[in-house]
Amino acid sequence: MEAASVQQAGATQPRRRSKGIPERRLAIMMVAPSMILIAIVAAYPIIYAVWLSLHEYSVRVAGLSRWAGFRNYSNALSDPAWWAAFEHTLIFTVVSVALELVIGLGMALAMHEAFKGQGLLRTVVLVPWAVLTVVTAIMWRTMFVSPYGFVNTVLGTQTVWLGSEPQALIIIILADVWKTAPFMALLILAGLQVIPGEIYEAAKVDGATTWQRFARITLPLLMPAILVALIFRTLDALRIFDLPYVLTQGQNGTSTLSTIAQEAFATNRIYGLGAAMAVLTFIIVMIVSFSYIRFVGGNIRGLADE
Amino acid sequence: MASVATTPKPTTTTPEVAKKRKARPAGPKTPWWMWIVIAAIVVFCLFPFYWLINISLKTGNDLLSSSLFPPNPTLDNYRSIFKNPDFTKALRNSAVVALSTTVLALMVGSFCAYALARLKLRGKGVILAIVLTISTFPQIAIAAPLFKLWSDIGLFNTWLGLIIPYLTFALPLSVYILVSFFKEIPRDLEEAALVDGATHFQAFRKVVVPLAAPGLATAGILTFIGAWNEFLLAVTLTSSSKARTVPAAIAFFTGATEHEVAYGSISAASVVISVPLILLVLFFQKRIVAGLTAGAVKG
Repeated sequence: MEAASVQQAGATQPRRRSKGIPERRLAIMMVAPSMILIAIVAAYPIIYAVWLSLHEYSVRVAGLSRWAGFRNYSNALSDPAWWAAFEHTLIFTVVSVALELVIGLGMALAMHEAFKGQGLLRTVVLVPWAVLTVVTAIMWRTMFVSPYGFVNTVLGTQTVWLGSEPQALIIIILADVWKTAPFMALLILAGLQVIPGEIYEAAKVDGATTWQRFARITLPLLMPAILVALIFRTLDALRIFDLPYVLTQGQNGTSTLSTIAQEAFATNRIYGLGAAMAVLTFIIVMIVSFSYIRFVGGNIRGLADE
Repeated sequence: MASVATTPKPTTTTPEVAKKRKARPAGPKTPWWMWIVIAAIVVFCLFPFYWLINISLKTGNDLLSSSLFPPNPTLDNYRSIFKNPDFTKALRNSAVVALSTTVLALMVGSFCAYALARLKLRGKGVILAIVLTISTFPQIAIAAPLFKLWSDIGLFNTWLGLIIPYLTFALPLSVYILVSFFKEIPRDLEEAALVDGATHFQAFRKVVVPLAAPGLATAGILTFIGAWNEFLLAVTLTSSSKARTVPAAIAFFTGATEHEVAYGSISAASVVISVPLILLVLFFQKRIVAGLTAGAVKG
């Protein structure tokens, strides 16, 4: 690939002498608006969040603040409520992403088989993905809350699903799995479709069983697609906010890193503590995100140069 | 889990067996258990949405029965939500915010993506890494400082106050998708324009952008869906129907009324706001899948 691109560049070099702004300067001019916008809408707020998190704000007198050092952070980290939220977020992330992977892989394998109506199935699978997260929450509430829902009727139970400690978190996990397993399936399906069929033919000829073909060919070749899907979903799950906010307001063992921070600064107006919790969430997500970029770094470079 | 039925005897390499196997995929025969799996997937994906529609068609005591079909289907809930100004204003706010975000992200993002895909530029990898990193920012880290900042400078509870932070996810998304689409456009056409004396910018505007229309549509659809769906910032940075978008408005429907009756209209509102997105999916299924998987499989 390297050699090919060098060759190509060499061949086109003389023709490239066009009028107007020099290419490199044009490139900088075209990239600049995005970079400036990102600095304003993303970098500046984060820096401001760090600044807020190092101060204490008076609840009584608006605008009155004083330097607090790392006190907000030590307060957050010594608060059992924050650790509970951390634990719920971790459980939610691990369980929901694992379930989504298994169900998504199964759905992808089924969708990959040739049958009539394949295109229709792909559209059906996109429906949960297209449904708003808030609507997903409302949907699962209407299924589980008596007397509107059918779950207690079908199971013959009287459980107050959203009011009980492990149950509420389980429903949030189920709702998330419903909404995003199809997304996982589509990413994995795209990976399946680029595996050349001849490999399977060859394996069949060599007498490989179905299981062997799955474990020795499909899975290893799917690994890159699965990894990307897993990391995307993990980063998303760590930020979870909508489902617990709408389903339980973060009550009954469903508080998450995002709901607890939002409650601190938006509901209780404790800006310093809220900002500190937001920054902690940011740090946790960025640690995972950087491992992601190291993992699929080759992928980014592949897009950047040619 | 995969096709057990298509390979009955996974041994021997005699020509007869090979012939038999070759004949098989030609026929449209799908094993019966596949249909069960497919049916299960369809029910899994559609049933919860069906239940929502079911609830939205019930009123009064019907709501209290957990019946699979509405005994007396009625559109009353739909009529009532369209008379509710909190809902209709939220629809307007959502439309303005989501469309503005999409247009801005596409305009700015397409420049950046073209430079990254085609022009000579140092540090492309770094720029793409920055863009990708921004897209993984947790919204909470933006929401907390903006909640205070917007209150101080008067952007709290305004459209602009939502559009600006929405660019944090919209811009990276459109850049990322457009880079992979721009790369697929054959270079020859641009080269021809350059040989004819066009500048690089003219080649971009007159040759690349028209050819990349499907890519722009894909990026536009995904950005729009992202903005339409956004909840954390919407709920944190607005306080009234002046700027509150649909997801936030619906969440407050729920919070404000503990009475049973509201379930019908909340469900109706949920169905109404899902319909535009489901229609987008129906019409642009291929495009959306292409956009979602852009970059995820390559390399």
